Amino acid sequence: MDRPLRLISTDSIVGNPIDAVARTIEALLVVASQPLSVEDLAAAADDELERVETALGLVRERHAEGRSGIVLERVSGGYAFRAAREAAEACGRLFERPVERGLSQAALETLAIVAYLGPVSRPEIARIRGVAADSTVAALVERGLVAEAGRENAPGGAVRYRVTPLFERVFGLDTLAELPRLDDLGADADAIRDRLLAVAEARAS
Amino acid sequence: MRDLELDLDAFEGPFDLLLTLVLKEQLEPAEIDIASIVVAFVEHLATREAIDLDACGEFLVLIAALLEIKARQLFPEEGAELAELEPEEAAEELARRLAEYRRMKEAAVWLRERLALERDRYFRLGPAPLAPRAERRLAPQEPALLAAALAGLAVPPPKVSLSHMALRFPPVAQFLERFRAVLRRRRVFDFDSEVRGFPRIEQAVAFLALLELHKTGEVALAQVSPFAPIRVSRTASERSTAWTVRSA
Repeated sequence: MDRPLRLISTDSIVGNPIDAVARTIEALLVVASQPLSVEDLAAAADDELERVETALGLVRERHAEGRSGIVLERVSGGYAFRAAREAAEACGRLFERPVERGLSQAALETLAIVAYLGPVSRPEIARIRGVAADSTVAALVERGLVAEAGRENAPGGAVRYRVTPLFERVFGLDTLAELPRLDDLGADADAIRDRLLAVAEARAS
Repeated sequence: MRDLELDLDAFEGPFDLLLTLVLKEQLEPAEIDIASIVVAFVEHLATREAIDLDACGEFLVLIAALLEIKARQLFPEEGAELAELEPEEAAEELARRLAEYRRMKEAAVWLRERLALERDRYFRLGPAPLAPRAERRLAPQEPALLAAALAGLAVPPPKVSLSHMALRFPPVAQFLERFRAVLRRRRVFDFDSEVRGFPRIEQAVAFLALLELHKTGEVALAQVSPFAPIRVSRTASERSTAWTVRSA
């Protein structure tokens, strides 16, 4: 009776050690400008991986769509806060999305090639698309979606490119493995070959 | 010139090695950005104090050869590549390439759809870039006004006058006359007090006149010590001339 009256008892929350970890994680994520892996979080919080994962569950619960304006998401191999989707319109009035604004068809095709086949050089990209890729790749590098990733092994090898963590974040991918399988996309080589042969036979006859 | 270091997309190393690799067909000429090589060479030249014409000539020949190789490869003889293949193989190859491109096109479509789905995900990205502000539009302008403003700028600027810098020498004759007049009145006068208050230039010309008079024997000059006042006196012959003139 000597303690002050509280409408909501915070004892159970404040006193819970996992909750302390959760608060630390919130703090780290609100400062970070890129996704943090569980390992990053555990190292910064100076705690065990398992406890950090449990705490992340707590944070995810608290920061879920419809519950909070800040939402925890798993993206690009880590965890990050983002704005709730319901606030997108308000965000759009104040903030730009320069990374993905006005990506051309050529840029998207080049991005697809780098995402699927990377690390890949400009000449390889040009071979697949049939046109020079220099300016498109340069523009993607400038946007931060694509970055250099060493050179081909041969002496004087060409620069190779891969997609960046920013690419995964913009497209909301945890890993590149979430990209749909190439086999599921487009027509089979077999089907195209059959059509070509059919045309050739029609001309020959 | 042969030690020209290149850093191209398709190749990194000396120009020499690049040529060797191209000639040994280990490097696709089509992948080499020849303009970058030329730029690198020009930059290389800019660092040199003297231009080595031999090196320039050599470079011109080599780069021209490289261009020709590249051009021949980019525009191969029509059908040469596919002619070597059986029709079925050619169709197979073509189909393989088309299918690869088709898959990448489909992947691009998937990316575009994904982007549309994720449009309402906002997240922090370093410092959040602010939305662009509405552009301030200028009122419609009259082209003639612009032309008039430009015409004002196109006029050649007025020539800068250097007249104040010119030295103006008074004629020596002016001082000859002046000294002769003084000598007609006085037998002896002091050069320094006679030219005191004149500008330096005029003092110099006056001195020239004095020397001239001395040369013709009209005056005798005397100075007690260096920098002491110069005393100018009529010479005897001058005096006699004056006498004759006066007596006449």
